Amino acid sequence: MEIAGKIAEFLFGKKPGRGMMLFGLTIVLIVLIMAIFAPWIAPYDPTQSSDDVFAPPSGEHLMGTNRLGQDMFSRIVWGSRIVLYVVFIATLISMAIGIPLGLVSGYYGGKTDRALSVVMDSIYAFPALILAIVIAVVLGPSPLNTAIAISFVYVPTYFRMVRGQTLSLKGQLFVEAAHAIGAKNREIMFKYILPNLAPTILVVFTLSVADAILTEAGLSFLGLSVTPPTPDWGYDLRVGQPFLLDGYWWLVFFPGVMIMLLAMAFALIGEALNERVSLGTR
Amino acid sequence: MARGLGQYILIRALMIIPTILILYTLVFFFLRILPGNPVMAVVGTKNIPPEQLEHLMEMAGLNKPLYVQYFDYLKGILHGDFGVTLAFPMGKPVWDYISQRFPATLELAIWAFTVSVLLGLITGVLGATKKGTKVDTSMRLYSIIAYTLFIPWFGMMLQYVFGIHLHWLPTSGRLDPGVDLHTITGLYVLDSILTGNWEALVSSIRHLILPALTLGIVLSGAYTRLVRNNMVDVLSQDFIRSYQARGVPDRKVLWYALKNAFIPVVTLMGLQFAILLGGAVLTETTFSWPGMGTFLVDRIDYRDYNAIQGAVIFFAFFVGVISLIVDIVYAILDPRVKY
Repeated sequence: MEIAGKIAEFLFGKKPGRGMMLFGLTIVLIVLIMAIFAPWIAPYDPTQSSDDVFAPPSGEHLMGTNRLGQDMFSRIVWGSRIVLYVVFIATLISMAIGIPLGLVSGYYGGKTDRALSVVMDSIYAFPALILAIVIAVVLGPSPLNTAIAISFVYVPTYFRMVRGQTLSLKGQLFVEAAHAIGAKNREIMFKYILPNLAPTILVVFTLSVADAILTEAGLSFLGLSVTPPTPDWGYDLRVGQPFLLDGYWWLVFFPGVMIMLLAMAFALIGEALNERVSLGTR
Repeated sequence: MARGLGQYILIRALMIIPTILILYTLVFFFLRILPGNPVMAVVGTKNIPPEQLEHLMEMAGLNKPLYVQYFDYLKGILHGDFGVTLAFPMGKPVWDYISQRFPATLELAIWAFTVSVLLGLITGVLGATKKGTKVDTSMRLYSIIAYTLFIPWFGMMLQYVFGIHLHWLPTSGRLDPGVDLHTITGLYVLDSILTGNWEALVSSIRHLILPALTLGIVLSGAYTRLVRNNMVDVLSQDFIRSYQARGVPDRKVLWYALKNAFIPVVTLMGLQFAILLGGAVLTETTFSWPGMGTFLVDRIDYRDYNAIQGAVIFFAFFVGVISLIVDIVYAILDPRVKY
């Protein structure tokens, strides 16, 4: 109970960035509810075509209908599942690879560390979206493949951060003390250093989720993420664009707003957390 | 002084090589994980005679063992040979496309970059000078919102308002149909000035405005934040206070502070440029801008793996060169950098 109280205090306590935190968490919560209860929230089947094509937003179709007469609101609701699925799988994979590699690399140092750092820095310096495009093309369109493509480009983000922090922590007294009581290297890395990195990892996690949402949307906007008729925000933006000329703004407006609201929510949470952890400005 | 700027630049230039090699290696092997072979991916399931397939494979350089292909391609790049296309049309040098498409991307990138730095400086300085006020908070919000704008969406909204609704600006392409321009550099604005072609100058600038604003605004957020924080730091330093004590006008003090706050911003530019290139792929697709990004996307539709590889390697080169330039500028600006 005490821990729960501490977490609540950490998240909602009257500290700088409370407004950002609350706003961000609210949006995330709404999208989560949309994803979990999609079958009950969506009034129509998102893939069901109808004769009612290009209907503007109305009481019957909150966000209008598209060229196939599909209800845009239902597509938005169901689309939240794809985004959340892809982004969370992607971030989990990048963390599972980036964090241990960064720990080991920073802790042991030496040639392996230098080689790994060069590789990671090279990937980090390259435009993430373009690299993700290449991998997505090779793997083919599917939500899992998109997640793998995205996970690849965020591995260096975790690697660099964890490596840097490990380097500065490993010289500190508590690590020396752990050595003195005979702790093994692996224990020191995972039991002593890693917990100290948790707050920083949390900040980087929220910020990289924000970024990954935009990357996922970018990939599906380019037609590399899902195959029709799967409802997906970025993909709907792609199919809606040609009809913008005819004034059917609702085909692109709502999917785009959702992408950005969700990305912004995570960015704001990351901002607020960053201030709490006072990580600096990066 | 043991080593000069020239040597520093040389060392920096050599350090790009491993980066490009690593990216090349990654992309090369990624594209070969693919089941089957790239030629078959293009010709599909059509039954073509074995000897013709053999010929196609040879033309595409795909009939040799993998490691030979790896080094052959590397050697080719050094001579500007990025392989040949596999489809639509087959066998055309990828470099022909790159040399034709790259100036369009470069032009878009330069303008977007300028927009992003200018906006970042203005919003950042505003935030710093009004630190702790509502203006500061709004600038901070601006930085987050700009960062999370989804480029295609933002571009489409600008297209809708300024192109489709108000008819002020064109929404696609680089020049109005019917406008002739003799290209020298491929940067249309520069070319129209060089050839004194005012009609083309107006047309090319009008076409640039929306894409450059889209990409520029999205990228400006990162600068806002950095400029603001640096300015706040610099403004609290002793030399600024001594200027103020001596009665130097505020405007001038701000200028001195900005000069100092700007140095760390330069380091961000290299990384921002890489993000800009990723964003350019989306911007170009949204605005049918005939650059490297749309080239990459077109070639993906054809499953032309040779061209995809060529385009990506070229991007790697470009990113390397930009980071080199940023390093040099930084070394010149900041006297603390040791060569």
